[in-house]
Amino acid sequence: MKYFRYKEEKIFRVLMLVSTLFIVLALAIIIFSILYKGLPMLSWEMISQTPKGGFYLGKEGGILNAIIGSFYLSVCSTLLALFVSLPLALFMNIYLKRYKFVLNTVRFFLDLLWGVPSIVYGAFGFIIMIHFGLRASLLAGIITVTLFIIPIMVRAMDEVFKTVPVGLYEASLSLGSTRSETAYRVFLRQCYPGIITAVLLAFGRGIGDAASVLFTTGFTDHIPVSLMQPTATLPLAIFFQLGAPIAEVQERAYAAAAILTFFILIISILARLSSGKFQRNKINF
Amino acid sequence: MMLQNREIRRLRDRLNVSWMIVILAIVLFLPLLLGLGLFVQSGLLLKELSIWNVLFTSQWMPMSGKFGLLSFILSSLMVTVLSLLIACPVCLLTAIHLTQYAKRYVLNIMHPVIDILAGIPSVIYGVWGILAVVPLVSKYIAPLFGVQTSGYTLLAGAIVLAIMIIPFILNILIEVFRSIPTELTEASLALGATRWQTIKFVILRKGFPGIISALGLGISRAFGETIAVLMVVGNVAKIPTGIFQPGYPLPALIANNYGEMMSIPMYQSALMFSALVLFVIVMLFNLASRIAITKFETK
Amino acid sequence: MKNSGKIITKDLNLFIGKQHILKNVNIVVPDNKITVILGPSGCGKTTLLKSMNRLTDLYPEMVLSGQILIDDKDILKAGAEVPEIRRKMGLLSQRPYPLPMSIYKNIAYGLKINGVSNHKELDDKVEYYLRLANLWDEVKDRLREPASTLSIGQQQRLCLARGLAVDPEIILADEPTSALDPLSSNAIEKQFVKLKSSYTIVVVTHILRQARRIADHIIFMYLGEVIEQGSANKFFNYPEMDKTREYLKGAFN
Repeated sequence: MKYFRYKEEKIFRVLMLVSTLFIVLALAIIIFSILYKGLPMLSWEMISQTPKGGFYLGKEGGILNAIIGSFYLSVCSTLLALFVSLPLALFMNIYLKRYKFVLNTVRFFLDLLWGVPSIVYGAFGFIIMIHFGLRASLLAGIITVTLFIIPIMVRAMDEVFKTVPVGLYEASLSLGSTRSETAYRVFLRQCYPGIITAVLLAFGRGIGDAASVLFTTGFTDHIPVSLMQPTATLPLAIFFQLGAPIAEVQERAYAAAAILTFFILIISILARLSSGKFQRNKINF
Repeated sequence: MMLQNREIRRLRDRLNVSWMIVILAIVLFLPLLLGLGLFVQSGLLLKELSIWNVLFTSQWMPMSGKFGLLSFILSSLMVTVLSLLIACPVCLLTAIHLTQYAKRYVLNIMHPVIDILAGIPSVIYGVWGILAVVPLVSKYIAPLFGVQTSGYTLLAGAIVLAIMIIPFILNILIEVFRSIPTELTEASLALGATRWQTIKFVILRKGFPGIISALGLGISRAFGETIAVLMVVGNVAKIPTGIFQPGYPLPALIANNYGEMMSIPMYQSALMFSALVLFVIVMLFNLASRIAITKFETK
Repeated sequence: MKNSGKIITKDLNLFIGKQHILKNVNIVVPDNKITVILGPSGCGKTTLLKSMNRLTDLYPEMVLSGQILIDDKDILKAGAEVPEIRRKMGLLSQRPYPLPMSIYKNIAYGLKINGVSNHKELDDKVEYYLRLANLWDEVKDRLREPASTLSIGQQQRLCLARGLAVDPEIILADEPTSALDPLSSNAIEKQFVKLKSSYTIVVVTHILRQARRIADHIIFMYLGEVIEQGSANKFFNYPEMDKTREYLKGAFN
């Protein structure tokens, strides 16, 4: 009996180790297979030219249109979302701190929004687009992605602001600060690194999502020069070009996948670093 | 001078607060707006066909006005359940390992691994699925069961999906296990229980509601996942009867038919209705799990 | 006629749910003296102190009734003037909470939000208040460094200087030395004695010896009630109430 007790634990410990290794291995294989297939396709031509030869079936050229498009789309949406998320997260943790019930309700709503699949945001963005008579364009894509990443950003910031001790809040008020001064001058500074991490997280989501922009940005070989023009993005470039019957076009998809993976890795590393850097003024309690 | 400054500061405070409240109102209305928008758009379809007809028949022939969603809904359900069957044991075992046994350095490795896994875009998972999982299924797994297949099957979709939701479920499970007070474990150990018995009888039991909500959230995440699944699951619009058959989940239906739908109003309406169905199902799972988890936390 | 007292409370009651935290508190805090609110832990001292600059607003479960008069104005009715009321009262909490910025900016922050923008004036004032809190010599070469690099004792003096810089009339201190080593505590106590000619100082403490060292005026509380108040001399040498005598003998600690 006693012997069995230990045997069972041993078996499960092995299983646990195996599943932990499985996860690490899965990540390694994913990154390896993407880079293995994608890196050989990368060349200066690939990242410095737009696709040539008509529509997106042309054999020549690269994926500059998707890189630039993704960049425009995710930077603009992240900025817009920041403009909404930061005040909201601060409001929750400063003005609503008193009203526990309201605060929890707001958090609940945000969690729900966070759980809405991006394809639903895509469909909703499509409805908005039609309602306002827009065509599939960079602007429509930006609006959709902004909506999609706001809940992610707010909740991530909220988790950071939650950790500010009440004592610091009281100290700031005692100096005669108004509550918005407390918000933007004290809370924000205290939480600087966490906020950057939250923004990077949302940016990563924005740059990587395909389903939300599938309906709204359109797809084109050209680099957009105004908000009203359609645009390509990296995820869409992968998705559409991988399905093409021409090998050269598929190569562009693999190259785009390698670049996107590379971006995501960089963002993850930056997010890790930012919780170490920028800590200068933070008070540790 | 001093007074003037005070007035300005008060005004600025007011402005800030107003902006914050406006945003709050918009964000709180957003779920409602999402549902409502989709509902209005599906009006055209529901005027022609009864909601039961749409939900419980499986004939999808847009050109002849038949919009049965059943095969898509079932496909979605099957892929989701299958992926959960794969992800669930892995997540539970790993979460227990990380919270109960693992040394510092293991955690230091696993945290970034989970974060990166969670951050990889769905389309990348899709590419990986095509490169690795589909061949795996067609060359190795299917022949084991004596089946011939291209590999673009429910199983391939489920494997890809499982890897995608692992970081998501794992993070919640780690939270759940961490929130169980150490006094409880200590008390159990002090009674002479082994570490493993403590896990079985204290941690798992105490964390049970949390585990259930983590799985619920996993389901809702898996159910709405689009691009990655779409790329490997085969997309054949009939009710699948086995894991080595192709499926056609609901999100894939919506994503695939963009472009064609624009010319036919009924078609567009049907796709918007599909999005609504997806939204409602995901919301229900989400709602139930969130409520369960809040209950668990307050306990 | 001015009521003889900087802070006066009238029938102040505070509830948290059904718990009666402050029971009919009527106190008078005299001007330009150190008033010590004394009592065992959990008697409502800190809550009383926080209600004086309306930090109790942060906790909706706290229900206040009665009056708190500061210069004969009831602050519980102040409405939008609350930041101004708080400015008039510097707060020193149990442990220092420096703002997440440099040493210099910690002092300059309060000055800036109150409309000082001239650089020369800021520099001068920062130096002046750091000297006033007896910190200048220790930090003058590292003003741009984050406040978090200071020791806890220095941080508490920084918080004092920061509080003084917004030109308050009252200093509220909530067990300001409880997180400090004996030397730093001593420095803070000395500072209070030096400052009392120009400020009204209210110190909450449960340390009897500290009260003996610094108090001019004592308010003794027990379980939410004010048992006895009066000059320190009278309180320590000729206590009127039985509870006070027991406490002075050390019966509660």
